[in-house]
Amino acid sequence: MNNTELIKKGLAKRYRREKRFRAYGLMAVMVGFIFLAILLADIIGKAIPAFTQHWIKLEVSFDPDTLGIDEKSDEATIRDANFNAAVKKSIRSLFPEVKKRKDKRKLAAMLSTSAEYQIRDQFLADPEILGQTKTVWVLADDDVDTYYKTADKSKAVRLSDKQIAWADKLLADGLVKKRLNTTLFKNGDSREPEQAGIRGAIKGSFYTLLVTFLLSFPLGVATAVYLEEFAPKNRWVDLIEVNINNLAAVPSIVFGLLGLAVFINYFGLPRSAPLVGGLVLTLMTLPTIIIASRSAIKAVPPSIKEAALGIGASKTQMVFQHVLPLAMPGIFTGTIIGLAQALGETAPLLMIGMVAFIVDIPQGFTDSATVLPVQIYLWADSPERAFVARTSAAILALLVFLVVMNTLAVWLRKKFERRW
Amino acid sequence: MKKLILTAAMTMAVAGTAQAAGRDTISIVGSSTVYPFATVVAEQFGKSTRFKTPKIESTGSGGGMKLFCAGISIDSPDITNSSRRIKKSEFDACQQNGVKEIVEVLIGYDGIVIANAKTAKRLSLTRKDVFLALAKAVPAADGSEKLVPNPYKTWKDVNSALPDYRIEVLGPPPTSGTRDAFVELALEGGCKKFDWIKAMKKSDKDKYKAVCHSIREDGAYIEAGENDNLIVQKLEANPKALGVFGFSFLDQNSDKVQGSIVDGAEPEFESIASGEYPISRPLYFYVKKAHVGQVPGIAEFVKAFTSEKAIGDDGYLLDKGLIPLDEAKRKEVRKTANNMKPLSL
Repeated sequence: MNNTELIKKGLAKRYRREKRFRAYGLMAVMVGFIFLAILLADIIGKAIPAFTQHWIKLEVSFDPDTLGIDEKSDEATIRDANFNAAVKKSIRSLFPEVKKRKDKRKLAAMLSTSAEYQIRDQFLADPEILGQTKTVWVLADDDVDTYYKTADKSKAVRLSDKQIAWADKLLADGLVKKRLNTTLFKNGDSREPEQAGIRGAIKGSFYTLLVTFLLSFPLGVATAVYLEEFAPKNRWVDLIEVNINNLAAVPSIVFGLLGLAVFINYFGLPRSAPLVGGLVLTLMTLPTIIIASRSAIKAVPPSIKEAALGIGASKTQMVFQHVLPLAMPGIFTGTIIGLAQALGETAPLLMIGMVAFIVDIPQGFTDSATVLPVQIYLWADSPERAFVARTSAAILALLVFLVVMNTLAVWLRKKFERRW
Repeated sequence: MKKLILTAAMTMAVAGTAQAAGRDTISIVGSSTVYPFATVVAEQFGKSTRFKTPKIESTGSGGGMKLFCAGISIDSPDITNSSRRIKKSEFDACQQNGVKEIVEVLIGYDGIVIANAKTAKRLSLTRKDVFLALAKAVPAADGSEKLVPNPYKTWKDVNSALPDYRIEVLGPPPTSGTRDAFVELALEGGCKKFDWIKAMKKSDKDKYKAVCHSIREDGAYIEAGENDNLIVQKLEANPKALGVFGFSFLDQNSDKVQGSIVDGAEPEFESIASGEYPISRPLYFYVKKAHVGQVPGIAEFVKAFTSEKAIGDDGYLLDKGLIPLDEAKRKEVRKTANNMKPLSL
């Protein structure tokens, strides 16, 4: 047997091995893909009911006697007026046969508690309607809403038999309408699922990430430039390098504890504020940005640097006119990935009081706020059934933001990348 | 670099103004059990008055008390919720840090249920069964006054009247107040049924506590995390398992799970309110009197929380699963709350 024969003999085996290896690789990708598909299908499937809402049509009479006000009443009196009675009266007028006190209560409970505030605001906007009767669409209670959305009606036992009969009659009379759930994007948090929204959380996330970006980007890039281009090679710099790499692996809750001790207890910054949240997340994001920026700077060919120095540029000129522009795509990618990581973080925020029930939408860096992942966590923990769908909807919103940020990172890299 | 300096300056400026402005939002911390009730009151309060909606953090009873007692500076919380009464040690810590006047307000009760999926048989347990099934060490089966490591595998082993289900209980971890209350009320309650163990309370208190408060660690009790929704979902998937959680979750999921009967009483509104159902605990909140008048709305918030509209027999908190106090007790609570009468221990 000569060499050629020997190779030919083993050839089939080698081909088979290669084929097998490819199949394994493909399988690994497929498994990952299937899991992702299942996860997404589950989230989207659960989230769908959250994007619509049922409204009930009422004829509300702005009767001065019921409300307890007249034309001369000032705003404070109007705010305290009994709008609840007006709402109750109008739903009772649809079901005159309901007489018992307990049943009346159950009937009124079919409307969202936001109804009275909704008509109060309508009245405040236009006090001329005193004494008139207006058609108003008000939100249905979350249990009624869930009942309309459930295909298998026997399963919705949160309503009593009487309430189910009333709900069916409202639907049959055409007094119920399904609309897009804009509340979800307009309101802050609420304990009533039908009134709950993610706007407060989105704004909180925005302010927090803005602080994080404004602090971590310049700090991170400056550190990376110094360490790569200016720092002498000695033990101290090695120590700093080891520490930065180490920081990237520290559990995020530790940064929260640090934030509590330093920013809140020592500097006296307000609890639950996006400012403190941003500071804490800056600590967390910095190592990611520094490491990414350093490798981006390292990837700039030495020939370019040397050419700049060779024609008489100073080191600073070389860095700002040549190295940084060429390294920017890599730096941006690192920054966006770092920020995306910060966007999904809850653990460090727990310690600084951003895991809280906050209804008012934050208007600045020092207002109390939560962030999107915290909102998801809080809703997932709520007993009300309708929050299950809203939790999934909030997860979808978070995923959309993450996908947008990561796509942006890829796009920036593709657009500005230079190959040598 | 310019940007850096600018950012730093901006941060300082923002922080500076926040310091000077004080606070116009009530800050509440404390128990995760009271959280669902306090948040509803806060939301109503924010909508119906000219005050801002209070901010509520769920830190657990112990964590809340620690923050609350840290001092009387305006940065510290105004109110802390608690699913148990303030401890003497906590009260002393408060006094030491200058939090002299604390107003205690009892708002109602919370029941802890032992539930399983509706597809399974409903269990009728006694607290003694619960103790025998879940304690780390139990009295030997031969009736001698000796403790042996828990030998029971199924509920039938514990009590022949119970079905032949493997003992598998999903419950909260040790950090949870629900767990503390469950151990104290259910396990210790069953433990005390053995006279010789009860006698131990006087002779050797530490040992008594070790016996009555230790949950077995051989896999029969599964720590399922603080999320009660998750426990409900797991029960649905595994009908032979039991779960331990708050009454409000049973109330919201009554189509999926059923509460076991304990000592002959069903976990229902009326039976928990009357005290017939044995596993229930009081819910409180504590107000820092020094902050009343400094942060706007505290007195009004306390009034709203104790109003008939909130915690009365028809109150909106009852829809959220709160078990109300009886009328005389409510009147008493309202009196203390309105006069802001400080607590003395």
